[in-house]
Amino acid sequence: MSILQHTQIKGLFDAPIELSSLIDEIPLGIVVLDTQRRIVLINRAFEALVGFSIEDARGIPCFHIMRSKLCIQQCPLVKMDSNSESIIVESDIINKERELIPVLINLSPIKDTDGNLTGFLETVEDLRPLKKVGDKSPKAYAFHHLIGKSPEMTRIFQTLPLLAQSDSAILITGETGTGKDMLAEAVHQASNRAKGPFIKVNCGALPETLLESELFGHRKGAFTGAVENKPGRFRLAHNGTLYLTEIGDLPLPLQVKLLTFLDDKVVYPLGSAKGFQADVRIIAATHRNLDLMVKERNFREDLMFRLNVVRLHLPPLRERGDDIRLILDHFINIFVTRFRKNINGLSKKALRILLEYPYPGNVRELRNIIEYAVNICPKGQIQFTHLPAYLSETKHHYDHSVPEEKESYQWTAPTVKSSSEPNGKKTWASLERGLIIEALVNSKGRRHKAADLLGWGRSTLWRKMKQYKIDA
Amino acid sequence: MEQKILIPLYVDQVAPRFDLATEVYIVSMADDGRAIEKKTVVLPRASAEQLCHLVLLEKIGTVVCGGIEDEYYQYLKWKNVKVLDSVIGSCKDVIKRLESGTLQSGDIIR
Repeated sequence: MSILQHTQIKGLFDAPIELSSLIDEIPLGIVVLDTQRRIVLINRAFEALVGFSIEDARGIPCFHIMRSKLCIQQCPLVKMDSNSESIIVESDIINKERELIPVLINLSPIKDTDGNLTGFLETVEDLRPLKKVGDKSPKAYAFHHLIGKSPEMTRIFQTLPLLAQSDSAILITGETGTGKDMLAEAVHQASNRAKGPFIKVNCGALPETLLESELFGHRKGAFTGAVENKPGRFRLAHNGTLYLTEIGDLPLPLQVKLLTFLDDKVVYPLGSAKGFQADVRIIAATHRNLDLMVKERNFREDLMFRLNVVRLHLPPLRERGDDIRLILDHFINIFVTRFRKNINGLSKKALRILLEYPYPGNVRELRNIIEYAVNICPKGQIQFTHLPAYLSETKHHYDHSVPEEKESYQWTAPTVKSSSEPNGKKTWASLERGLIIEALVNSKGRRHKAADLLGWGRSTLWRKMKQYKIDA
Repeated sequence: MEQKILIPLYVDQVAPRFDLATEVYIVSMADDGRAIEKKTVVLPRASAEQLCHLVLLEKIGTVVCGGIEDEYYQYLKWKNVKVLDSVIGSCKDVIKRLESGTLQSGDIIR
């Protein structure tokens, strides 16, 4: 320890203090390395974690002491320079007690006052306590494939294991791209029904007549074209989970049928008087504001109450704070490995752009941006020029189109209300309605041409016109 | 009696992890402690199970390694293989210590 007693910090307090005494009090493993990646200093928490003392470790290459998978496979410090941002990586180590310990390693450069690289700082967090909390979780700050450490996400991760074990219906809400599908699958995988089927039905993807037969099945001869018996998704999901996505798009007549099923758990296929007792857990999701739809009588209140046993709201990415950075690093790691690129993080400018962007498409959009950037970037750091151009171009547009009606709505949703908002604020619905009218005016009322102008199919235009009550 | 020693390698150093080594050095030592035969074996992939299998196949008497999980340590001991773990140093220095009969678990050769 005599070496450490000379390592003092001056200027922080009136009298100089010992660095070792300061870092020894931090309950996180801390390692200071020189530019050759040899150990200069470790704290008491790291000594306890790995089993090597500072006397043993001093001057030894880091990989001999850390013994992490990361050291052997691809040490991020090799490419780290003074301009690099810190990197967070999940890995494992084997300590002197021959224990394999999952850890979260944070690596960052140490610079002198002139900005030159003088060494590296590693912090090592023991993840065993976290792993014990969520044994089924393969990663820290994660539940299955969902990642996050913001308070909202942590709360969801904490309640999920308990919710998964119950058989209650779950309503998942949140904007598009927030991970509703992943959450539903995670709940299924964590539940006792994990070995059963997980059947997904997109209520907005099929016309009403087809959807009914798709959900509840039909008997041979029930209608023209019903040449054989069809079991239906409810029956297929027996002993498993039925995930109804875009439940807000479920037509009203089918809402009644779903309501009946939720009450007595019996499915009646079309054209059949004989019911089937289905043991199915229902998880529904929507990006629409169901509360508002109920008020406007576009969604049945009684169905809403039955589905709303447990409501999980996934916050939009722009409200998840540090999660953006966490998810960003996660996707960079994934795509760098997948595309076998020699990329070591983001430049400061690129990072700033990404952290400031409001992400209307949420995690899905962030994932696509990173996939694009990793593809475009040849090697080294991802620069801002490697990011999609619209990030800087459309910034201001999104700044004001990001939902401002938050005080009244829990999550954003294109409303079915056709008129503009009374307070002059624009919603997606009013914007879309305006676009349709503009296209119809430009095409002199010809729907076919208007649909072409909008880049939609005729049926989409027809459906949207009906939705916004536009008569051409 | 001739004895065989296996050292998992990471470049020219004793590999810090037994389970992640893709190259091993096998030394045959004569009764007087001299290294009489040396060979390097490149493994198709890193695997603690395959490495244990190789140890038994080659009739290794001693394994010198860095970090090793207790499961594999106990297995090798059960199979009468002596394991000197948490050894830090270059392969060359380790062999010198082996020849002089002074190498022990936890040795750090600077």
